[in-house]
Amino acid sequence: MAQTTKTPTAAPPGDLPPTRRNFVDLVMAARWGLVGGATATFVSAVGMVPDFDGVMLVDPILTLGYLVLFLVPFGFGYVAARPPMTLQGQEPARVGPRNVLAGAVAGLVTGLVLIIPVLVAANLNLRSVFVNLSPAMVETLTFGQTVADSEGLVIPAVGLALLIAGCLVAGALGGAVNVVSTRWRQAILAGLLWVLTVGLLEDLVMQFFRGINLDALVGVFFAPGGGLKPLGTIIVFVLVFSLRLLFARRPPRIKARYQALDQAERRRWVIIGIAISAVIVYLIPVVLGGFMSEILDLVGIYLLMALGLNIVIGFAGLLDLGYVAFFAVGAYMTAVLTSSGSPALSPELTFWAALPFVVLAAAVSGLLVGTPVLRMRGDYLAIVTLGFGEIARILFLSDWLNPVFGGAQGITQIPSPSIGSLELNTPPQFFYPIIVLVFVAAYITWALANSRIGRAWNAIREDEPIAEALGVNIVTAKLSAFVVGAALASFAGALFASKVGAVFPNSFSIVVSIVVLVIIIVGGMGNIAGVAVGALVIVGLPQLLREFDEYRFLLYGALLIFMMLAKPEGILPSRRRVAELHQEEMGQDAWLTAEPEVELDQARATPATAKD
Amino acid sequence: MVAEQGTPKRLHFDFVGAVLWLVRILAILAVVIGAFVSLTSGRLSAAAWLNFVVIGIGQGAIYALIALGYTMVYGVLGFINFAHGEVFMSGAMVGAFAANSLAQAGMWNSSPILSILIVLLIAMATSTLVALLLERVAYRRLRNAPRLIPLITSIGASFFIQYAFLGLFGAQTRTYPALSILDGFISVAGLNIRYADIMVIGAAVVMMVGLYTFVERTKAGRALRAVAEDKEIAALMGVNVNRTIVLTFAVGGAMAGAAALLFGVVFRTVFFFSGFLFGIKAFTAAVLGGIGNIVGAMLGGLTLGIFESVGPSLVLTGLGIPSAHQLKDVVAFLALVLVLIFKPTGLLGERLSEERA
Repeated sequence: MAQTTKTPTAAPPGDLPPTRRNFVDLVMAARWGLVGGATATFVSAVGMVPDFDGVMLVDPILTLGYLVLFLVPFGFGYVAARPPMTLQGQEPARVGPRNVLAGAVAGLVTGLVLIIPVLVAANLNLRSVFVNLSPAMVETLTFGQTVADSEGLVIPAVGLALLIAGCLVAGALGGAVNVVSTRWRQAILAGLLWVLTVGLLEDLVMQFFRGINLDALVGVFFAPGGGLKPLGTIIVFVLVFSLRLLFARRPPRIKARYQALDQAERRRWVIIGIAISAVIVYLIPVVLGGFMSEILDLVGIYLLMALGLNIVIGFAGLLDLGYVAFFAVGAYMTAVLTSSGSPALSPELTFWAALPFVVLAAAVSGLLVGTPVLRMRGDYLAIVTLGFGEIARILFLSDWLNPVFGGAQGITQIPSPSIGSLELNTPPQFFYPIIVLVFVAAYITWALANSRIGRAWNAIREDEPIAEALGVNIVTAKLSAFVVGAALASFAGALFASKVGAVFPNSFSIVVSIVVLVIIIVGGMGNIAGVAVGALVIVGLPQLLREFDEYRFLLYGALLIFMMLAKPEGILPSRRRVAELHQEEMGQDAWLTAEPEVELDQARATPATAKD
Repeated sequence: MVAEQGTPKRLHFDFVGAVLWLVRILAILAVVIGAFVSLTSGRLSAAAWLNFVVIGIGQGAIYALIALGYTMVYGVLGFINFAHGEVFMSGAMVGAFAANSLAQAGMWNSSPILSILIVLLIAMATSTLVALLLERVAYRRLRNAPRLIPLITSIGASFFIQYAFLGLFGAQTRTYPALSILDGFISVAGLNIRYADIMVIGAAVVMMVGLYTFVERTKAGRALRAVAEDKEIAALMGVNVNRTIVLTFAVGGAMAGAAALLFGVVFRTVFFFSGFLFGIKAFTAAVLGGIGNIVGAMLGGLTLGIFESVGPSLVLTGLGIPSAHQLKDVVAFLALVLVLIFKPTGLLGERLSEERA
């Protein structure tokens, strides 16, 4: 408020200086560059860059390895060149060449830091400790410009210069992102993202073209050695870019139009929608073929579990880390009831006849786990359920229960489910029971969310003591969340057992719980569509990209941290979640928008009187 | 949160209460019957049982050192730092490399005490560094977030650190070189106590006494207690809250590093997943002693170690369960569940500020 000198031209609201200097700090940018250098070194030393170098994205130019490497200076260049936050009533900071410069500085520092691992790996053999500081890494980082063995220090100068230049350019590009206006930026980023997606999901796209009998397109887009052709890249980019620019301002109004319809019309459209989706669902495995269906089956099984865990965590707010136990119970019950090779008792029921018993067993185990933990604090509950999950695995593995569950040998010879005389034993056929159960689970989720018990869950998640005071029966609400969650997980377990044809205790490790947790957190807790997207991304992607597999959990961990820091409500959040997690900000916004005029008038009035 | 309000006096039938009582009675029955059968069968001599206890104390001392990190962070920030097991593992892993290079240089057996001290410093430095990085990158921005958010973040961090170590150092098990001065044992009244156990227990006691003095007697320790009690008031009293939180992580990390060296010298193998189970058990120890309570963490660690070492042979074998040693981890987890059912505030009671309890 010390600012009293006013420029005669239109005074901005809030009496702040009308124009602001470009505040981007170059020293700060260099520090971001140091962090970027550490990150890039880590990414290289962990083995990602050389390992991903084999995956071609855009045929001769870009491999996944270089993409990962240069994403680091790009990202840090963007962050380093971000203009300062604009407060209410303030004019946005000017952007310009200085932002690009800041990005370039960050990129340059990143590149300079990368000299260290290259020189170390080129001159010392540390592979007994750092397994990935290998010649392959040096070769990738220096673009294959390695120098021949010589006496003394090996300095691949040309390669290093290229590397630093690359980082500089990537950083400058990242900085430039800040300069472009939002509309163009979104269009460009959408175009790039689609190029990357098509390049990465090459197999999927090719299979899709073949499935719809357009084999000719494969040759247009993809190079024989893998990756997009330059022509294909340009087509994809221009297509997405222009579509995005054209349609940026016209969001689809399907929902509003649907709500404008009357009852009978609505019903007709719903039936039409269901019919269309049924046809699409029927066609999916036919078009995608065996390999893709296999992946989709796995995604579906995880999606079932995620929908169940979504009820337990997303709706009722009970952080259950031992969710895999119910999956295991479902799988083992199916194995015992249907397999002819079950050691102790084998009634050899069919899959469908066994399913009710499986669900019942899971529900009972949900009660067993749920009751003792009912009164625990949220974080204790997490650890105790984690313990239960491990207990379940160890018990299935132990000699003690060996006579019933087969110990480490597990139970084999589990029959596939059949409809009539048709046995569903290929991946495309198996897709149908999975998708049916997924729809059942999604319907259950949707119905429960809008029911009395759903509202009770919301209430106890937001504030348990108040919910109790308002007459919500905590015991019933929490136990029913556990039971429903367990039942959905047991569906997944049953499908998993009959799909694989065998169950082994080691399929049910804690990692499964964590993957399901990552799915619902990344997708968006409390939202069915979000969970589905989460399952596709988290389970589907690593299956498509075998190279990713080794770094799956590293990326999951990073993703969990990132999501919690940046977007705890997930990529497709439910509206209620956003409201809960950003309560404070929303409160501030409401306060600001409630009486802006008074605030600003006072602000204008004060400078004249305020002396300090 | 309901548990802290005291047992509600209700007249109607309390389903959960009834189940919990049933669990309590069953647990007591199982322990009593199992122990009775085992002890009367005369399968093991009294000295053998005592040996189990000593081994348990050695293991428990390591749990206790790790538990300190959990309990201090929980006391100050109110969330479970799930990745603390990985902080421990990182110290053990880097310590293994240091120990091996010392062994190659011939120092490991020629001057064992000095080499152990060097490796101790390296392990402590590594663990502290990892803990501080965690705090800076993952937790600092979440100080005022809803409670489960930092917990989920720490789960992510735990997996990230594990698989980062897998990527950096490979999947193979790293071994510590054998330390000849720790071979052998002394016999006291028919008890064979291994030198290794003596060293672990002694070192742990020294660390814990040091930590206790630090927290209770120094100015920084007083600041730490003040921040644990109430961050805002502490800030008003002139305590640098941010620095104190960083200090909490640093001290917790250093203790985990010390535990890592002891673990390495006694168990001698470490791989990227070692920290996970050990971490959960150490957390169990912290809860057992009363979370937020530093003396409780020490006591809880020792108790859990003894439970784990004696429990399978005493109770499970007594109940007729074959190869009970496989179920060691089950005993640890059941101990956690039972503690939380019987006495959720732990043996010595929780020390948390009002708002959190």
